[in-house]
Amino acid sequence: MAIRVQAEDFDVGAEYAAFTAGRTGVGGVAMFVGLVRDIAGGEAVSAMTLEHYPGMTEKQLEAIEMEARRRWPLDDVLVIHRHGRLEPGDRIVMVATASAHRDAAFESCRFLMDWLKTKAPFWKLEATPEGERWVEAKESDDAAAARWAGQGD
Amino acid sequence: MKILYFAWLRSKIGVPTETVELPAEVATAGDLVEWLKTRSPRHAEALANSKVVKVAVNQEHVPYDHPISPTDEVALFPPVTGG
Repeated sequence: MAIRVQAEDFDVGAEYAAFTAGRTGVGGVAMFVGLVRDIAGGEAVSAMTLEHYPGMTEKQLEAIEMEARRRWPLDDVLVIHRHGRLEPGDRIVMVATASAHRDAAFESCRFLMDWLKTKAPFWKLEATPEGERWVEAKESDDAAAARWAGQGD
Repeated sequence: MKILYFAWLRSKIGVPTETVELPAEVATAGDLVEWLKTRSPRHAEALANSKVVKVAVNQEHVPYDHPISPTDEVALFPPVTGG
């Protein structure tokens, strides 16, 4: 189990190598990496600052991981989420799941991202030519998280 | 009671955290949001739309009818947008 909340960047290849090292029972790893986009709502974004709630963030991410492990047979889970100032093209988040079977890896990876987006206390502040603005929560994110309700119970 | 504010709630209220003496009639998270609105015009404006004000008690998301006590750590924030 690994949950990391950090300002520093991470190396996807090195993380993958460490995640799979010595795990001969794993049949598949699903990975998602989220990046900062240079455009949002039709406006150019020059930077994004991620604020979080230290303490609660780690606690919520651990709870989300526990829920994923309850629903799918997973060998391991990795969640890395950055905070602080990021620029377009920068990595924000990485989720990796390892399982004997690909369906469990794919589904749990998507589940972790969907729940993370609606439950982990992170907020994005975008810098645009019009000034800074806080990113509003999307109904589509709530809908994506709600899709998992009642499944796997 | 210690209260923490995040994201635009923090910028609108102007402080990241404050310690308040809780009146006896404030028993739930919802009561607290209503009572905080009376503290200043900045609080009133920031908390005007309670639909977008989320509450966490001791670092867990809670509904507005959740009970609170003076030793709790209470955080108020807008809907989360990470990932």
